[in-house]
Amino acid sequence: VALSFEEPMGTLTLHADERVQGPRALTVSELARLLRDTVRSNPLLTRVLVRGETSNVQRVSGGIVFFTLKDEAAQIPCVLFRNAAESLAFDLEDGMAVLATGDVDLYARKGEVQLVVYTLAPEGVGLFWATFQATRKKLDAEGLFAAARKRPLPTYPEHIGLVTSERGAVLHDFVTVLRRRFPLAAVVVSPALVQGPEAPATLRQALAALAGRVDVVILARGGGSLEDLWCFNDEGLARSIAAYPVPVISAVGHETDVTIADFVADVRAPTPSAAAELVSPDAADLRDHLRSLVQACLAGIRDMLHERERSLAGAGGRLSPSGLRSEVADSGEQLRKLGHGLRDAAVRTLAARSERLDSLADRLDAVSPLGTLRRGYAIVERDDGRVVTLARNVRTADPLIVRLQDGRLHVHVDSKQEVP
Amino acid sequence: MTDPVPFEDALAALEAKVEELSRGDVPLERALAVFEEGLALYRQCHGMLAQAEQRVTKLVAATDGLREEPLALE
Repeated sequence: VALSFEEPMGTLTLHADERVQGPRALTVSELARLLRDTVRSNPLLTRVLVRGETSNVQRVSGGIVFFTLKDEAAQIPCVLFRNAAESLAFDLEDGMAVLATGDVDLYARKGEVQLVVYTLAPEGVGLFWATFQATRKKLDAEGLFAAARKRPLPTYPEHIGLVTSERGAVLHDFVTVLRRRFPLAAVVVSPALVQGPEAPATLRQALAALAGRVDVVILARGGGSLEDLWCFNDEGLARSIAAYPVPVISAVGHETDVTIADFVADVRAPTPSAAAELVSPDAADLRDHLRSLVQACLAGIRDMLHERERSLAGAGGRLSPSGLRSEVADSGEQLRKLGHGLRDAAVRTLAARSERLDSLADRLDAVSPLGTLRRGYAIVERDDGRVVTLARNVRTADPLIVRLQDGRLHVHVDSKQEVP
Repeated sequence: MTDPVPFEDALAALEAKVEELSRGDVPLERALAVFEEGLALYRQCHGMLAQAEQRVTKLVAATDGLREEPLALE
């Protein structure tokens, strides 16, 4: 190392004792200053452009940020002074791939060479991530992700819009699920590019084309790399979704992929197949529901009929043969005749209603085999089980069985009267 | 071809019939009519579900705007 110093006293002369002592020592500060001047005056070390990964990001008072730029083999300390730090377009964090411009300088206090960074931009994944964060923050601040903005999905959509690529499995998977669950809905496919720089524009056009034709829209894409899914982080697309006239479901990539479209959509589905399930009722559940509804209908009408027939049955019960029998025992032949007359009157009353009741029975028989007995009719059988349908086949004192809804009566015929 | 009654409308109508019947203050004649209408709606809904075949179309740009074309899936 050739160093020359000018002595204030003139030419440097080395004496014997000085040779023993060696040349005049530099102070550390002098050396540091020398290094600094050397570094600063080297044009190769000013306005350098460096690519590296950030680590050890530290914010200190005064708005200064220290961090380290490194690659596999080396690392350089960096500093962002307040102005540069404040003008960053993203949140600086560890592990980001960045491009930095700056001047190399010596931080004398630590004796460290450092890069004084003027501009810092994320690149690659870091760039995606930073842009993603910036868009997310901006739209969130505008309230586009607010829960209050989320619209409920239609329960029974008639027309389902699907914005996706014409090629690929998404369309097929989606329709397969829907066909199984809710074939009533018509699917309208609006094709779009789902990756590449033109994708956001075509996605927006495809959305716009469906407006007014469908009750709900699914924005779908199969799995892919971060770059592949990038179009779903487009700010313009997010605004189109937010302003869309009907609910939008985002179904982009796999469950772990999150896009701006997911935040702004009314519902986020983990996959396109899951979106098909979210947007459709299950036909099997629907059939159960229908059955329960028609049963409720039947129960309603049955209750109503029961009520009306109870009043009739009440009158009929008082005039039943057994009731008559006790009256006859008490009151003799005259009362018996009167009783018969009353019963005939009751039968006429019943006959007047029979047409209506018959038609009701017809309606209900199909669904309620026990309905006939429950409504107050009885089946008369002989003790061998044969059904008796005609009075002329029965003789006085014959034993008979009367089947009611909750059991059997064993009776004997007191008398009979045939109506021709 | 007339537009079929959408499933949701038919289902809502059926639910309304059930509601009316379960109130119990409906005159018998009216109740019977409601019951019959309910049954018809049930058959209609059930039939719609049973017979529906998913219609899939694709939006294509035409000279006079957008058109829906049938889209065949294997």
